Amino acid sequence: MKRLLIANRGEIARRILRSAKVRGLETVLACSEADEDSVAAREADSFVVIGPAQAQKSYLNIEAILESARDSEADAVHPGYGFLSENPDFAQAVIDAGLTWVGPLPETIRLMGDKAAARRAAEEAGVPILPGSDGLVDDKSQAHDVAEQVGFPLMIKAAAGGGGRGIRVVREASDFDGALDQVRTEAQASFGDSRFYIERFVERARHVEVQILGDGNTAIHLGDRDCSMQRRSQKVLEEAPAPKLPDDIREQMRSSSVALAESCGYTGAGTVEFLYDPQRREAAFIEMNTRLQVEHPVTEVITGIDLVAEQLRIADGEALELDQGDVEFRGHAFECRLNAEDPTQNFFPSPGRITGLTWPDRPSVRVDSAVESGSDVAPYYDSMIAKLIVHGSDRADALDELRQALDETTVDGVATTLDLHRSLAARPELVEVTHHTHFIEETPDVLPKPEQS
Amino acid sequence: MAEVISPLPGTFYAAPAPDEDPYVNEGDDVEAGQVIGLVEVMKQFSEIKSQVAGTVSSIEVANGDAVTPGTVVAVIEEK
Repeated sequence: MKRLLIANRGEIARRILRSAKVRGLETVLACSEADEDSVAAREADSFVVIGPAQAQKSYLNIEAILESARDSEADAVHPGYGFLSENPDFAQAVIDAGLTWVGPLPETIRLMGDKAAARRAAEEAGVPILPGSDGLVDDKSQAHDVAEQVGFPLMIKAAAGGGGRGIRVVREASDFDGALDQVRTEAQASFGDSRFYIERFVERARHVEVQILGDGNTAIHLGDRDCSMQRRSQKVLEEAPAPKLPDDIREQMRSSSVALAESCGYTGAGTVEFLYDPQRREAAFIEMNTRLQVEHPVTEVITGIDLVAEQLRIADGEALELDQGDVEFRGHAFECRLNAEDPTQNFFPSPGRITGLTWPDRPSVRVDSAVESGSDVAPYYDSMIAKLIVHGSDRADALDELRQALDETTVDGVATTLDLHRSLAARPELVEVTHHTHFIEETPDVLPKPEQS
Repeated sequence: MAEVISPLPGTFYAAPAPDEDPYVNEGDDVEAGQVIGLVEVMKQFSEIKSQVAGTVSSIEVANGDAVTPGTVVAVIEEK
């Protein structure tokens, strides 16, 4: 591997650039017309414009990306996260073009992208799963049997569902038939497929996940993270290690995640996501993400391991250098995702020019930013502009660092979620770890108030 | 003549979903407040509406094209 093409944008493109340069690789950024003047394009050794602003025509355009790799004589492709990073056809096309794919094998991506197959693979590897139907259900009497075993509340999910359609939470047995009919009708109308699953519904669940590294033969874990602070299923604030987790549950999650990674010959960095039920003290498999995560820095900060460097080493065919025993955890880390959205206006997007920017300048703070003062935040992509990461000697110290770092940060020119983060960092629920994945939606007073003019 | 203007930067969509018919076609009659299209800004969709009742005399932006604040999306001949 000599010349790496980065098929992504924003902060993650810059993050990959940093580790690629340390490894001595030449870097090429494949970017859209809208990102020609971005910080990432300036920092890469060179950039190739792959299409117009709209992602469909650029960052999601497999042919254009492969062509840019050929033209720039790159010999490897890093997909970052989002866009084509979990598209097995893209991974295969990169490999078929004779290039090195920085990620797991296409068949691993495909396996984990198929919900039913992933759940089966997890179960076989000993990963705890939620009680529910064994695969898809297609008839009512079978559905009644499953519902009786699972108990209430439960969730009926259409096999082809998505975007909040074809999913119902049922709290009482008497509501079951009505909800089932609704899901099947909606699923048939929306997706042309009325098959469904049944799963236990967990109230006030936390989201906990395990970072994995594998070289195709062996796998290790780099500990866990908690990403329970979410809004509309989008992570807002993450931390490592996951707080208030019983030792046996943490061990079960970590060892079963390693087993799952080894069972599919996992290569590179991956994350096994769990739902944690604090009432029952039980963890259950959600899915495995076959790519680098947005929140990977909290793991890097407490382990001192550069995850992108490890991805590049493994993609280059090297065996894992680290043993499980080499992985040590030091202190506690938080990460805030700073989005160009206005929390006082129902999180309406706020693209535009950043006219001023101040980041904290202390060794305990790391900033992974897409932008600098004078940058334009384009309307075409995700609204995240930067991540603020803090490290403390323990969780209480890290929370103090977080509050101070947020106080020292200013962004002018666009509205951001900075005030939401300030409000969250002061909440007793975060301190006491009683928050859950619907905390922000259920706690309207956590949102900053519009400024009085 | 009244212009329907996008107040937002982003990507214009003429139909509610890729496999559905456009909200309006040239020659259609529209009511005041009727949806002409969508603008996607950072994965959020906002409806663009006609301020006036009339007939769509032209649609100025192709499906999937970029718009900026002030871009004329359609022209309506007022009744």
